[in-house]
Amino acid sequence: MSPTQWDLPVELCCRPMAFVTLTGLDVVYNAVHRAVWDAFCANRRADRVPISFKVLPGDHEYPKCRPKRTSYEWYIPKGILKTGWMNKHLNLVPALVVVFYELDWDEPQWKEKQSECATRVEIVRQSLQGRNTKVAVVLIQKKTPLPPGEDVIASERAAALCNACELSGKSLFVLPHTDHLVGYIIRLENAFYEHAQTYYYTEIRRVKSHKEFLNKTTHQLLFVRHQFKIAFFSELKQDTQNALKNYRTAYNLVHELRAHETNILEIKTMAGFINYKICRLCFQHNTPLDAIAQFRKHIDLCKKKIGSAELSFEHAAWMSKQFQAFGDLFDEAIKLGLTAIQTQNPGFYYQQAAYYAQERKQLAKSLCNHEASVMYPNPDPLETQTGVLDFYGQRSWRQGILSFDLSDPEKEKVGVLAIQLKERNVAHSEVIITLLSNAVAQFKKYKCPRMKSHLMVQMGEEYYYAKDYTKALKLLDYVMCDYRSEGWWTLLTSILTTALKCSYLMAQLKDYITYSLELLGRASTLKDDQKSRIEKNLINVLMNESPDPEPDCDIFAVKTAQKLWADRISLAGSNIFTIGVQDFVPFVQCKAKFHAPSFHVDVPVEFDIYLKADCPHPIRFSKLCVSFNNQEYNQFCVIEEASKANEVLENLTQGKMCLVPGKTRKLLFKFVAKTEDVGKKIEITSVDLALGNETGRCVVLNWQGGGGDAASSQEALQAARSFKRRPKLPDNEVHWDSIIIQASTMIISRVPNISVHLRHEPPALTNEMYCLVVTVQSHEKTQIRDVKLTAGLKPGQDANLTQKTHVTLHGTELCDESYPALLTDIPVGDLHPGEQLEKMLYVRCGTVGSRMFLVYVSYLINTTAEEKEIVCKCHKDETVTIETVFPFDVAVKFVSTKFEHLERVYADIPFLLMTDLLSASPWALTIVSSELQLAPSMTTVDQLESQVDNVVLQTGESASECFCLRCPSLGNVEGGVATGHYIISWKRTSAMENIPVIRTVITLPHVIVENIPLHVNADLPSFGRVRESLPVKYHLQNKTDFVQDVEISVEPSDAFMFSGLKQIRLRILPGTEQEMLYNFYPLMAGYQQLPSLNINLLRFPNFTNQLLRRFIPTSIFVKPQGRLMDDTSIAAA
Amino acid sequence: MAVCIAVIAKENYPLYIRSTPTENELKFHYMVHTSLDVVDEKISAMGKALVDQRELYLGLLYPTEDYKVYGYVTNSKVKFVMVVDSSNTALRDNEIRSMFRKLHNSYTDVMCNPFYNPGDRIQSSGSVSLSRAFDNMVTSMMIQVC
Repeated sequence: MSPTQWDLPVELCCRPMAFVTLTGLDVVYNAVHRAVWDAFCANRRADRVPISFKVLPGDHEYPKCRPKRTSYEWYIPKGILKTGWMNKHLNLVPALVVVFYELDWDEPQWKEKQSECATRVEIVRQSLQGRNTKVAVVLIQKKTPLPPGEDVIASERAAALCNACELSGKSLFVLPHTDHLVGYIIRLENAFYEHAQTYYYTEIRRVKSHKEFLNKTTHQLLFVRHQFKIAFFSELKQDTQNALKNYRTAYNLVHELRAHETNILEIKTMAGFINYKICRLCFQHNTPLDAIAQFRKHIDLCKKKIGSAELSFEHAAWMSKQFQAFGDLFDEAIKLGLTAIQTQNPGFYYQQAAYYAQERKQLAKSLCNHEASVMYPNPDPLETQTGVLDFYGQRSWRQGILSFDLSDPEKEKVGVLAIQLKERNVAHSEVIITLLSNAVAQFKKYKCPRMKSHLMVQMGEEYYYAKDYTKALKLLDYVMCDYRSEGWWTLLTSILTTALKCSYLMAQLKDYITYSLELLGRASTLKDDQKSRIEKNLINVLMNESPDPEPDCDIFAVKTAQKLWADRISLAGSNIFTIGVQDFVPFVQCKAKFHAPSFHVDVPVEFDIYLKADCPHPIRFSKLCVSFNNQEYNQFCVIEEASKANEVLENLTQGKMCLVPGKTRKLLFKFVAKTEDVGKKIEITSVDLALGNETGRCVVLNWQGGGGDAASSQEALQAARSFKRRPKLPDNEVHWDSIIIQASTMIISRVPNISVHLRHEPPALTNEMYCLVVTVQSHEKTQIRDVKLTAGLKPGQDANLTQKTHVTLHGTELCDESYPALLTDIPVGDLHPGEQLEKMLYVRCGTVGSRMFLVYVSYLINTTAEEKEIVCKCHKDETVTIETVFPFDVAVKFVSTKFEHLERVYADIPFLLMTDLLSASPWALTIVSSELQLAPSMTTVDQLESQVDNVVLQTGESASECFCLRCPSLGNVEGGVATGHYIISWKRTSAMENIPVIRTVITLPHVIVENIPLHVNADLPSFGRVRESLPVKYHLQNKTDFVQDVEISVEPSDAFMFSGLKQIRLRILPGTEQEMLYNFYPLMAGYQQLPSLNINLLRFPNFTNQLLRRFIPTSIFVKPQGRLMDDTSIAAA
Repeated sequence: MAVCIAVIAKENYPLYIRSTPTENELKFHYMVHTSLDVVDEKISAMGKALVDQRELYLGLLYPTEDYKVYGYVTNSKVKFVMVVDSSNTALRDNEIRSMFRKLHNSYTDVMCNPFYNPGDRIQSSGSVSLSRAFDNMVTSMMIQVC
């Protein structure tokens, strides 16, 4: 865009820098000069002093200085600030003129050169007459200078040259053209900078000195002008603090000016300039809040200064520019590191600028609506002689006139007309859109999505006004979903209305239909008459006709659009539009609902499609089809209109293809599921509803899943929360809100009509072949086929159970590890109605505990569903939990031959092994046999015959056996000696003959064997008789390898007399035996204590009588003395 | 005197919006909607503060040339937004605060109505007497100078 009247001048917006001109440099033909110039101006970085350099010829004519005014008394200023002033001091009047001259100190023709240099300086001075501009001379030398003071000629000649040129020593510089050029240049320019600052300082002093001559009545404008100049010179001097201070004073002075319609533009223009400078400096000083405060003050002061009503758009334009300029400044400051926040960012200023631009457009529209016949005035009142204005903000046709009265009203009128006519050519929309898009970019950055959307809507609307419908539509379409998802229906409706206009004007069929659909829907807040109109248009479009134009459209645009629509009709091609509804809120709502969450395969799957229209008039649809995840069902779920177009009007409300507004239409669909789909989910993937027909135009509304659009989930939530009672409706109608979408159902197998019965006798006994009788009876009406049985341990239990459970069909042999835990698919043939079959199943459980067993019977049956023959697979399962217990407990103990409990046995001395078998089974057990398998270390004393063969044990009964064993001496064995195994063969008493016998092996406990030095056993009769001799023989065996000394004594007893050795000491050789013979003579009857035998082994003091008593009897039963005849009588008996 | 009063649901859809009938209703709708940006930001910044120390009044949301927009959020994240004319200097922060409190009380009454379903729009034309009471309260706030 070319700069407009309202853009701030470049010289205002730039950063003022000291202006220095370089003369005497031939940068085109002289390489040395070129290098010097490059060093000054190329790659200036921020750390170099702020100077703007310019190369000028030595005889350049600088702007003439006007003769100094000696008195302001009769001077009346014509305006605030001349348009050329800033530029003059930035680019035309230098602070310093530098004269470059090639001259070495040892120049042979020194005199001539010196005077030439002086002449050059003189020429520069001439052209700067009257100005305070400094002059400096730089001698370009080929030689490196000597350190100061050492070169006598140099200092002499320098002094002479200064003299000749009338320069102070500070203004003469030497630039040796050597390697370190840039370093010299930097030192040079620092020196220049000091000179420039001095210059601007004197300029400020000079302007200030005018002040005392001014008076407040006639020189008000000068107060502002001078203040502005001081501030500007301060800026050139890089004294920004003072510049800011002076600008602030200037700003206050501007508002003190007497304002009138004739000069208000000038005042605002200057106020705007000064405000800009203040804000800019505030940002530069990193005091953004000051900048914002100043700007607010500025706006508040100027907002109401509209000026001429006929040109009020100028005020709006100016306001817009103020905001835009501030936004730019703010944005620039952010780029330099300032942080903005959500509620204070440049976006707001751009937005406000856009609002004013819109206002400008509105005002321009109402003020500049001249007839086409009104011609632009000639001569152009806006033209000036120079092409530019003399003062900022003045009217071209009355420049420099300060009077508030219009001297020439006619001229004024022409001028206003010219401005108004010019305003007509301004591309307002373009301005507005640029500002809005600036604002959008900002709000995007500062997390304001809704503000961004709002601005985009405005952009879209602006594009619509600018007749760029494609762009408008693109923007509106982009933001629509934001408003839709947040449920701001009023706003959405407004956006849609604009979008509909755009799509109408472009004859965009699909967009037109989509927007119509939504504007007719429940989210639209349009009035019914509007909706009727849109519906009528939509029906027209579907009939392949043109719709009526949208209201408030541009007449010319409508004409073009009508042509486009006419073309569309004649245009053959695809007239079917599929529109996915999940992203918007169309006027037809749809819900699909399966009647049940699951269906048996032999009954038809039923579901309803509910449709509801929200438009004001009934509408027909031509086709409804439902798609499933299994596409084979799609064909069963289609409703199509058979009627021809002419029947459309006839049964408009009755037909089921017609949707009456507000009424819920229910459509029932039914199909038979495939048997392959048993166990699968059937899902409605989409519902398609076609409006219109293929001869005209056809719109297919496509609902994903079981219906629902952008708004329905929130509605469903609200409906679910609500506990409002709904009014009663007739039976065949339902409340829309109460319908809950159910878009999927499961197909499950047919209900079996058989009974499965299990017969068994729990609990199971460990390791037995436990019999489970399965009875299957068919209650089906027809024959069932392919009956299969799966039985065994129910999967999914403890893995160890699987290892320890085995199932077989054959009970006659024991199962081993190789048998499975679950038998699958055992074919058992077919079953006629009412027939029953029995199957025996044997389970062997290796461990105790409870197990779950599964019996699963499956079969095939032919059946019909909806007159369709189908083969159904049915199944029934039974589970049973069976506890496994030990059949019996076996207790084993070791006893001495005297049945005394033994903790250890003695080598070579017989002992008894007693087994005790206690039945724990609730059922009778038959012990078929038992067997003792001795370990090699054990020997038997007598035959090992089973004593419990074929014994039947009831619950709690026990069977005991006793075996006499001996353990040969083995030396000391750690942990005892293995005894062997006890094997019991048993079965249930109730079990059949062919059921195998179970052998239960019991490992007998180890026994500790101990050696004893001496073994004593006694030979004596089983009883004695009073006064009858009782011979007793003691055998003493030496079990050691030593000769043993034995002391034996017999304690007398009251009940006996005895004969034999009462006390003796003898020796027994290793391995031999000594016999001791006694004759006891009982004196008393009864259970009598025998005279005790005491043995003392000298070698084994541990061998005690206590131990001895284990082996020999201590008492005996003595019978009383019988009569002699008794014997005979007994004999007789 | 407020020029627009709005109640916004937790999910940010409008439950109730009333604006002065003399002006463009749509403008206020947009204004309220865009102010939710600031409300959201303030709420998320507040989320870190302790619940019982939470201040419901959000203060000035953002100023525009002609209006001031104030916000208030209940503990259940229902927002109240009030638009006031910038030129109206009679309304200080304290007045706004008390207006919001009144609005909150009135809204609580609506919520307590067993016939009101939370989340439904508060219909100004509704037959339910309680929403009429709310409506009257809003009307009084829009007319009187607090």
